[in-house]
Amino acid sequence: MSIDDVVPTATTWTTGRIITKEFPTPTTVRLRMHVEDRLRHWPGQHYLIRLRAPDDYTAQRSYSVASDESDPLLEFLVERLPNGEVSEFLADVAEVGDVLEMRGPIGRWFTWDTRTPALCLVGGTGVVPAISMSRAARHAGTPDLLRVVAVGRSPEELPYDDELHWIGATVAYTRHADGTRVPGPPTPDELLPLLDGVELAYVCGSSRFAGLAESLLVECGMAPEAIRVEQFGATG
Amino acid sequence: MPVTRGFFRRRPEGPEGRLPPGQYDTGSGWPVLTAEATPLIRPEAWTMTVDGLVERPTTWNWDQVQQLPSSTYTGDIHCVTTWSKFDVAFTGVSVDVLLDAAGPLPEAAFVMAHSSTGYTTNLPLSDLTGGKAWVVWEYGGKPLAREHGGPVRLLVPHLYFWKSAKWVSRLELMARDQPGFWERNGYHDRGDPWLEQRYQGD
Repeated sequence: MSIDDVVPTATTWTTGRIITKEFPTPTTVRLRMHVEDRLRHWPGQHYLIRLRAPDDYTAQRSYSVASDESDPLLEFLVERLPNGEVSEFLADVAEVGDVLEMRGPIGRWFTWDTRTPALCLVGGTGVVPAISMSRAARHAGTPDLLRVVAVGRSPEELPYDDELHWIGATVAYTRHADGTRVPGPPTPDELLPLLDGVELAYVCGSSRFAGLAESLLVECGMAPEAIRVEQFGATG
Repeated sequence: MPVTRGFFRRRPEGPEGRLPPGQYDTGSGWPVLTAEATPLIRPEAWTMTVDGLVERPTTWNWDQVQQLPSSTYTGDIHCVTTWSKFDVAFTGVSVDVLLDAAGPLPEAAFVMAHSSTGYTTNLPLSDLTGGKAWVVWEYGGKPLAREHGGPVRLLVPHLYFWKSAKWVSRLELMARDQPGFWERNGYHDRGDPWLEQRYQGD
């Protein structure tokens, strides 16, 4: 799939009901939602969640989808940011059964077609689109086409740590010794063998992480035009 | 749409009449959002071209563009991801100066802005003329940082900021509208923040 193959799709606002709410790590909340009139989505796409106050003031943020197309619910993993207008609400106030305004799926660039050999180099809550891609790969019967390198401070702080290990991801902890590697970011030696045959690289994480990840991929011979980036700043 | 249970406004309303609908004041922050690897472009290797439906396709190098009459935009910018930033100052050259040099043909009505990275964004020609758009290389009196599009970016502050292409290198004048990068990827064709034209269908 190239950029010229994507077709603009109009989306409209709908609603979603929170079906489950969990706190998988100390700073994140995981919501699984039932969305009315849900459209099909590609792994890597995101949804908008909009909150509405009694005076009609609204706040909206976009969140990457963790689930794949085959999942009857949409799954989101939201980092609770200090003073985050929307993320604090979702973590602290929202409850199972609440209905939120939603719109999506949005974005057709940072998506994976489940057919192109690809590598995800993702950090922190940036693992979310990689989770969606790996679930889609398993469902499509093409798990070998996707390699995942995930970076987190420690097993307790890395979202989807169990699932990442289960799918065979390379997990690099920067502040935790797991007995197999020295704590720190992935090294060129770790990354190089995984890039064999890879045609597209997906980088997702903070701006700082994305910069480091891009440099590492280019150092390992990945063409800059084959790197797709989704980075997030503190937008609450 | 119904009110969200338990949600109340926490942010101030912002300066009177300056915050478009659905936006919030990001204060001193300036979130970085890009779709591709951040390029390292040396000013001496950068050029700016205006071509397509023009009388005189023209290319300026770094030194030449610096010698054009400079101008500064002071005001607000608005990102589709809902942050707005007030009272920013960018310095560069008005797009009017570049267009005057190239001479748009009568049938030119739209522009595709191209970046060194391959990023594109489309605009009506009328959104780039009349003192509404710039090609800028300074922010707050300092060289524009690489992650914000340095050395040079387009600045179209009356539209959502994805129209202000980072690392801009070419303005291609066209007779008919064509979608650019985000416009093909689900974003609105024009992107007026005051009309909240964020996505396809708005």
